[in-house]
Amino acid sequence: MITVPLHAIAHARSGDKGNRLNIAVIAHHAAVWDALVEQVTETRIAALFAHRRPTAVRRYLLPKLHALNLVIDDVLEGGVNAALNLDGHGKTLSFLVLTLPVTVGEDALAAVRAGLAAQAHRSPANALGLA
Amino acid sequence: MVPPPLLIGNGAGFSGDRLDAAEPVVRTLIARGRPAAMTFETLAERTLALGVLARETDSDGGYEPALLPLLRPVLGPCLAAGIPIVGNFGAANPHGAAAAIARLAGELGLGPPRIAVIEGDDVREAIHDPRIAWEAGRRPDRRIIAANAYLGAFPIAEALRAGAEIVVTGRIADPALVLGPLIAHFGWGEHDLDALAAGTLAGHLLECGAQVTGGYFGDPGVKDVPAPEAIGFPIAEVTADGMITVTKADTPGGLVDRRTVTEQILYEVHDPAAYLTPDVTLDLTGVTVEERARDTVVLRGARGHARPPALKATVSTEGGFLGEGEITYAGPNALARAEMAAATLKARLAALPIRLRIDLLGLQAVFDSDDGARGASAPPDGEVRVRLAAQAEHRATAEAAAREVLGLYCCGPAGGGGVRTAVTRRVATTSALIPRDLVRPRITMVSP
Repeated sequence: MITVPLHAIAHARSGDKGNRLNIAVIAHHAAVWDALVEQVTETRIAALFAHRRPTAVRRYLLPKLHALNLVIDDVLEGGVNAALNLDGHGKTLSFLVLTLPVTVGEDALAAVRAGLAAQAHRSPANALGLA
Repeated sequence: MVPPPLLIGNGAGFSGDRLDAAEPVVRTLIARGRPAAMTFETLAERTLALGVLARETDSDGGYEPALLPLLRPVLGPCLAAGIPIVGNFGAANPHGAAAAIARLAGELGLGPPRIAVIEGDDVREAIHDPRIAWEAGRRPDRRIIAANAYLGAFPIAEALRAGAEIVVTGRIADPALVLGPLIAHFGWGEHDLDALAAGTLAGHLLECGAQVTGGYFGDPGVKDVPAPEAIGFPIAEVTADGMITVTKADTPGGLVDRRTVTEQILYEVHDPAAYLTPDVTLDLTGVTVEERARDTVVLRGARGHARPPALKATVSTEGGFLGEGEITYAGPNALARAEMAAATLKARLAALPIRLRIDLLGLQAVFDSDDGARGASAPPDGEVRVRLAAQAEHRATAEAAAREVLGLYCCGPAGGGGVRTAVTRRVATTSALIPRDLVRPRITMVSP
């Protein structure tokens, strides 16, 4: 087993509504989906945001998409129309979640890396021999 | 006979989006030679209130400021090709927007287009009704600038069926911009819940423009985006039975794949089993995403449940003023000098009636909290920009706070430079649930 930042196995996107933040976390590969479910928990997300004092953290699982949706209440310092923070939307906070340490099997991590390499290989720049 | 699929393009995902995005979308729609519609989403939560404020000083204003540059490249081609344009660029003055579009058509030598205006979203007169459920438990104390209910897609469909070539709306549920043309095209009814759900999902995917085609996505070495300076905006093809195929305009940039689509499916979603819209409750839990070809992703499995009983409204109030100021320190002991500046500002501003935050940009500004709590350690030297942000009730107070940063030029730590200050009027927003009988959508055909 190996411990890596969540960024190594998943991608994420932030969205906001008022003072509520949602962050979708999506596995790069089916091989790490179970690790996401086991380790990206409401408790750990609440701890990650403790300095912003969340009033609730809920997690919704979407196994068909290998995605989970985190809904974190009252962590946007009032939201985009009230916050003093430069990023009142919380758009950068998906990458705070991606700092979370996760432990995965070496085979699963290798599968993720092979998938990312294949994805990069498919990019048009590579197809044209430019990259 | 089952109608053929409808292609729907998006040319803007927010007020402030790239002005050259729409033209390649329209060119691609025309090249595909099939029934199509074009949409623009330019109305964030507070944008409409800014429009109301703009109208206070210019009664002809209050619609999307970039309306004409957005439409100028595409109005002629869309009218010629029979591609209707639907947008919420009417903001606080849909009739003003319609008049501006009619003038633009004249300026471009086009015949007068048939423009429909949809109103009824403005619910300021109903705002004292005791049946309204306020997010905060009660009506806001401050002066209400704007109160607008999110209308649904059926008025758009009705306008299109009446022959509108352009539909101008104010506040409307964002996905309705796409769902409306689909309802008009396929003849879906209020009880075709799975079809309405599929159309809503298509609208949800398109409403933020490039966010489904490689925008808000690039992470070099992990999620690479081809030619991010020329991202093709999205086009969705929707069939009568609700299959959605997401593609993009034929430009060198951007991409559509499982990852871009999955990120956008969950964007600004809370419970994925119950995404509430005026027309249907969308259940995303059965949705599947399949890469069909390059830049071609197929979605199926959206399910619809009964629409919620009330409509959501966004209510905007006066939000005071935000004063900001920044100054940079670099080189040896930069962090200590920046911290000295921050401490000086705090001491100087201790007596002002403000809510204050001071950031050290380049260290950890966006991850931390208003009281400065940080999650991790930061590097000691390099280049640090001190940022002050002060919330005040009155403009003069916000100006006084921002001015303290300027004062650091001569009175602050050694080597401070690059001061910028700004004071911004703020609009606060809250939401409310409003009974449907208080909201009466109206359609006006304004020309010819």
